[in-house]
Amino acid sequence: MGSTFRYLPDTAQDQQAMLDALNIDSIDNLFDDLPTSIRLNGELPIEKAIAEPLLMKKMQQLASKNTNANQHSYFLGAGTYDHFIPSVVNHVISRSEFYTAYTPYQPEISQGELQAIFEFQTMVCELTGMDVANSSMYDGFTSVAEAAALAVSSTKRSKVLISQAVHPESRAISSTNASGLSYKVEEINLLDEITNLKELQQKIDQDTAAIIIQYPNFFGSVEDLNQIKQIAESHGALLIVSANPLALALLQSPGHLGADIVVGDMQPLGIPMSFGGPHCGYFAVNKKLMRKIPGRIVGEALDANGKRGFTLALQAREQHIRREKASSNICSNQALNALASAVCMSALGKQGIRKMAQLNVEKADYMAKQLAKKGFNVINRAPFFNEFIVSLPVSARTANRKLIEAGFVGGFDLSIDYDLANHMLIAVTEQRTKAEIDQFITVLEAL
Amino acid sequence: MKPYHSLIFEISQSDRSAVDLPDSDVDTINLNDKFPNHLLRETEAELPEVSELQLIRHYTALSNKNYGVDSGFYPLGSCTMKYNPKLNEDVARLEGFNRIHPYQSTETVQGAMHLLYQLQEDLAVISGMDAVTLQPSAGAQGEWTGLMIAKKYHQQNGENRSKVLVPDSAHGTNPASAAVAGFETVTIPSNADGLVDVEALKAHVDHDTAALMLTNPSTLGLFEKDIVEIADIVHEAGGLLYYDGANANAILGKTTPGKMGFDIVHLNLHKTFTTPHGGGGPGAGPVGVVKELTPYLPVPRITKEGDQYRFHTDEPLSVGRVKGYYGNFGILVRAYTYIRTMGPDGLRQVSESAVLHANYLKKRLEPYFEAPYPQICKHEFVLSGINQKKLGVRTLDIAKRLLDFGYHPPTIYFPLNVEEALMIEPTETETKETLDAFADTMIQIAKEIEENPMMVLEAPHTTVIGRLDETKASRKPILRYTKQE
Repeated sequence: MGSTFRYLPDTAQDQQAMLDALNIDSIDNLFDDLPTSIRLNGELPIEKAIAEPLLMKKMQQLASKNTNANQHSYFLGAGTYDHFIPSVVNHVISRSEFYTAYTPYQPEISQGELQAIFEFQTMVCELTGMDVANSSMYDGFTSVAEAAALAVSSTKRSKVLISQAVHPESRAISSTNASGLSYKVEEINLLDEITNLKELQQKIDQDTAAIIIQYPNFFGSVEDLNQIKQIAESHGALLIVSANPLALALLQSPGHLGADIVVGDMQPLGIPMSFGGPHCGYFAVNKKLMRKIPGRIVGEALDANGKRGFTLALQAREQHIRREKASSNICSNQALNALASAVCMSALGKQGIRKMAQLNVEKADYMAKQLAKKGFNVINRAPFFNEFIVSLPVSARTANRKLIEAGFVGGFDLSIDYDLANHMLIAVTEQRTKAEIDQFITVLEAL
Repeated sequence: MKPYHSLIFEISQSDRSAVDLPDSDVDTINLNDKFPNHLLRETEAELPEVSELQLIRHYTALSNKNYGVDSGFYPLGSCTMKYNPKLNEDVARLEGFNRIHPYQSTETVQGAMHLLYQLQEDLAVISGMDAVTLQPSAGAQGEWTGLMIAKKYHQQNGENRSKVLVPDSAHGTNPASAAVAGFETVTIPSNADGLVDVEALKAHVDHDTAALMLTNPSTLGLFEKDIVEIADIVHEAGGLLYYDGANANAILGKTTPGKMGFDIVHLNLHKTFTTPHGGGGPGAGPVGVVKELTPYLPVPRITKEGDQYRFHTDEPLSVGRVKGYYGNFGILVRAYTYIRTMGPDGLRQVSESAVLHANYLKKRLEPYFEAPYPQICKHEFVLSGINQKKLGVRTLDIAKRLLDFGYHPPTIYFPLNVEEALMIEPTETETKETLDAFADTMIQIAKEIEENPMMVLEAPHTTVIGRLDETKASRKPILRYTKQE
């Protein structure tokens, strides 16, 4: 019974030849070691196979039920953004030598991937101002949790302080992680929309492994890392910064301001929103923590002829060697997305990334000023990057319903995770035009 | 082709760019007026500056130095390097899937939510579980999620069970995930047949056992035929049974972890369900559980009310969030497309062919390499290079010699309980001709080891680079490019 499935090449003759070689009558004989009581009788109750042309049509229909950024203008951010992605990115990551490869455990035939990741690590170090970056993590949120775990294990202290201006999902995942590893996560309240430094002073103690801050924070505002570093340092705690890599094109690097661990998500640079994943966490540390960093790292090496090559380095930290003593359980990461962001950063270059970031600042600033002019209250007291809070006469949910009818995906409803009814977090990327911004405000005015 | 050895930083020239962004259509801003001085960069991040063609040539040259499933045979054991269908790539790139935001209102993403809901249902059927979460981004994250569920379940029953049992042939992530979930690991030895030693298991299972983690078939490619008894032993002591789905490619439509008695299952969509490995990721590691454990699944959960899908976060017993948003959605779209392509009949044939291929290849290689476990294997098998080692050639050398013939080597030195291990998983998507050609090459290498061992010891001879000094790379690590002044 040769198959008719295009991914299955065996003909009836092939199967017979293999069965003959094995000296058995049927493939069923190869499953004789399954106890009868556990065998399935009959087919799996799932839908029958669908031929390629029909399936494509079906999937297109399903996709078309979703409002997407080709048709609508997005003013929604809160961790995932509609940014411009140069065409070259998809072309490079569609080269199947990259995307159909496994983890580069055989460096001689994986030099392409290894070098691309080495370059990615360099770019992350440049943006964050850190000494060492790994080859990626699942996403920015899980990276925050891994950073907390690293701080706890390296300081041998049992508590981390996390600002409420850190993304709610980063905080939620950190607390799940903490319940496994038995450390404490204490939150620091807000003062307006930034971290309350007085409260931070009061809560920090000799058992604090780290302070975790987002930069720019969840509300778009730029926290003063200088002051926070001083508080951390005076108690021997580490400073963990979760940063938007695009903002780092303009903002002082966390490394320069004394961060010990910098994490975040590369999504703003070359990765589609894709309903929240796959994105790409990054993880960078100072030299002291190099041998404790989670995940894979690529290093330079020489062959016997002195030729430069690249290989996985410092593998003694990892689960496949250290098992239960590994610095993390991570194995698969988000390598292809790291490649995507490396291509995007290479395309933008040193000046392009600044220009893109500057456009974000200018458009967000323009929108906030226009809103203020029209009598809306923009809440942010601290300077913000490409996101800010506006208060509305109605709930954000109601406003978003009106906006979607007008062709806009409105901002993040802050009544969900914060006690901020009728407040919306608006993101304005370089993708938004002045005309779109003005029209968006007109819809809000009519509420 | 001209050899290419430059880093992108080394071909960079000031003022080149591969992107032209539009000029601002709003007022320009002086950053110094907006941000305090000490929070602005003084020196620019040194990103490369290249033209668009330079960029494309650079990455094309790199891709030419890389080997994927599309390049050739990739029999990497326990990694299931099967063909990654192109249709899946196209579907995942549909704008209605890849240009949607995780926080837009659920009424505007009903198509995406339908897909997620349906995939959960399909994976529940395939694994024999009652409910599935799609959140975990990879197998290891699935393991951790599953173990956190086990932990919470026991705590809810007033028990703080501290131990997780894993066989000596387990993947390294099993003990590592147990540690991150706050458990101690106890290793269970294998018996002479390579299976879990049931007597040893009995001796180690007690009221402190939170779970036994098992891969079935094991990393040796062997089916744990005593699985029903194993499940009973663990359950009688109040423990849970965790299924590491790394090897699920052997059992589709033949049996399910649920039927075997497992309580928690993770599946690696980047193995069994054809999503590409991407050079290391992204993957997806959905977790299924039996009914009793459903309340502990991570949030958000997707529910269907009438014909509307919703996200649910109000689950008091949930372990909480484990991953941002709803998992690696783009990967889930690919796996869903694959399941729809194959249907029940196709999925069963996948496992049948995978198992046939492994047994056939094993049969062809057995006369030349030690096969420590002669019985029927499932989708993969393990050989040992001990006879070759006696001649001074190690498994690593065999792996390197295979590169010269255009093959990706098998997994080597794993599982840990087989000396000089070669773990071979041919998958169902390869032709018999490919299996035969690979077998011929392995046989040729076995002969070379006897007749001309230097040929193997000095391999590879044809790759862009020779063996690298990995020890030095770790002792004095260079982990980023630094400009030479």
